[in-house]
Amino acid sequence: MSVLEIKHLGKTYSDGTRALSDVSLDVGAGEILGIVGGSGCGKTTLLRLVAGLDLPSEGFISVGGERISGPHPAVGIVFQEPRLLPWLTVADNVGFGLHHLPVAERINRIANALERVGLASYGKRWPRELSGGQQQRVAIARAFVARPKVLLLDEPFSALDAFTRASLHEHLLLLWEQDKPTIVMVTHDVEESVTLSDRVVVMKPHPGRVFETISVTLERPRDHLTAPFEKVKRRIHATLDRSMRPENTPQAPRKSDSGALWW
Amino acid sequence: MSVHINTGTEAAQTVPTTVRASRWPDPRVLAGVGLPIVIALLWELAVRVGLSDGRLMPPPSKIYAAMAALAVSGELQVHIAATLARVGAGFAFGAIAGTLTGAIAGGSETIRRVIDPSLQALRAVPSIAWVPLFILWLGIFETSKIALIAIGVFFPVYLGVASAIIGIDRKLLEVGRIFRLSRFQTARRILLPAVLPVWLTALRAGLGLGFMFVVAAEIMGASEGLGYLLVDGQQMGRPDQIVGAIIAFALLGKLADTLLVLLTRPLLVWQDTARAQL
Repeated sequence: MSVLEIKHLGKTYSDGTRALSDVSLDVGAGEILGIVGGSGCGKTTLLRLVAGLDLPSEGFISVGGERISGPHPAVGIVFQEPRLLPWLTVADNVGFGLHHLPVAERINRIANALERVGLASYGKRWPRELSGGQQQRVAIARAFVARPKVLLLDEPFSALDAFTRASLHEHLLLLWEQDKPTIVMVTHDVEESVTLSDRVVVMKPHPGRVFETISVTLERPRDHLTAPFEKVKRRIHATLDRSMRPENTPQAPRKSDSGALWW
Repeated sequence: MSVHINTGTEAAQTVPTTVRASRWPDPRVLAGVGLPIVIALLWELAVRVGLSDGRLMPPPSKIYAAMAALAVSGELQVHIAATLARVGAGFAFGAIAGTLTGAIAGGSETIRRVIDPSLQALRAVPSIAWVPLFILWLGIFETSKIALIAIGVFFPVYLGVASAIIGIDRKLLEVGRIFRLSRFQTARRILLPAVLPVWLTALRAGLGLGFMFVVAAEIMGASEGLGYLLVDGQQMGRPDQIVGAIIAFALLGKLADTLLVLLTRPLLVWQDTARAQL
């Protein structure tokens, strides 16, 4: 049963840039979907469309059967930057989207989420007192406490060093195990996509579209040093390479053809 | 405040930044406070030993005596109260008008494009230039003076609020969109706190200009106020009274500014590092 359904999605910006073309994806409940691809393949555009921050030019997105026409309560997003509100404490930042809930419930959820991202004692601190990795953990907690059915992650760990990233992967899986939301994560780190995803979608640029989908059936927690892990990683790398090769390169004559027309 | 260099490491970032204050004051700070005192003492000494007659530039003791006499007779209090009342009223009107206009201009690009050029042109008019017109329109009493001060306060507040709203981080507004805040909620929970620091800085600038404009207003014609003391001192040949009034202006201005900072500090605890550098 797919929770997130993307059908023939296309996006053309007002300046004529074709960012996405005919993207169709079905993502199941509790599935973690990784999206990798070269620059300009529309990864971020895709997430912004699913989040309802932009509107598609063609096709549609539905979450739990409901069409997305704007930000939806069942869809959460973690951006590339933490985007914390500097005038709110860490706890208030985590509870930013919970204002409709009774106070006791709100406090409960905040404490639970902070616990899971390892920041239980940081609730009263200001964001500026936290390191970049800690801030991103707060941002992840803020998205999780709203209990979205679909959580989007837009290269959330790309600005962090390798050690911080590895520990954030653990925190993310710890939070995910609680309600098992569907996660769609854009990344440019193949190893990261293999560590976390059930399926990895490789996208192809200009315009952005789905090139190939690769299933990752490894048991969690995943050990980076095993042969099967390496194998999947290598397969994704190879697919990525092919996706970025210009079309029609095997049959090179195209260039001379157009050259003939010029003369 | 001393400049501190951020090393950018995780450890340095997690240390609460309020700890630094509990140290010995910088000797340069003491020297900075001491300089005017030393100059005053030297001048006093120079007059006492007869190096100068102190007629045009009276020694501190004479200035003090003149102000003390005014204070004993109760006149000084009347003048200070009159000046403060004018600045207070002008500041209130100017700040409210500047905030509203700035918010409207910052919120709507259409309105901004229509009204901003005119306001910028009016801003370039020197304060004194308004005086004859305001006296003609509003009479020579309080209304014209308060209007002049309000004009002075209006522009920095208008500019500050408008530019703060225009420059607000769109990434934070997107966080509001994701959590489906209404327009009103977005204004209250994101716009307002984001604009607050700039607004308070603009208010401080406006208050400073308010004190500048009150002098202009009172010099043009008043029967009380510190500005009146200045003119009166000139006409009576009393430099001690003039310097005394100038010092009173300095103290009042600094006091009002400090009061504004203290009153608004609780609103800005989240950024007290930035605050300490102001």
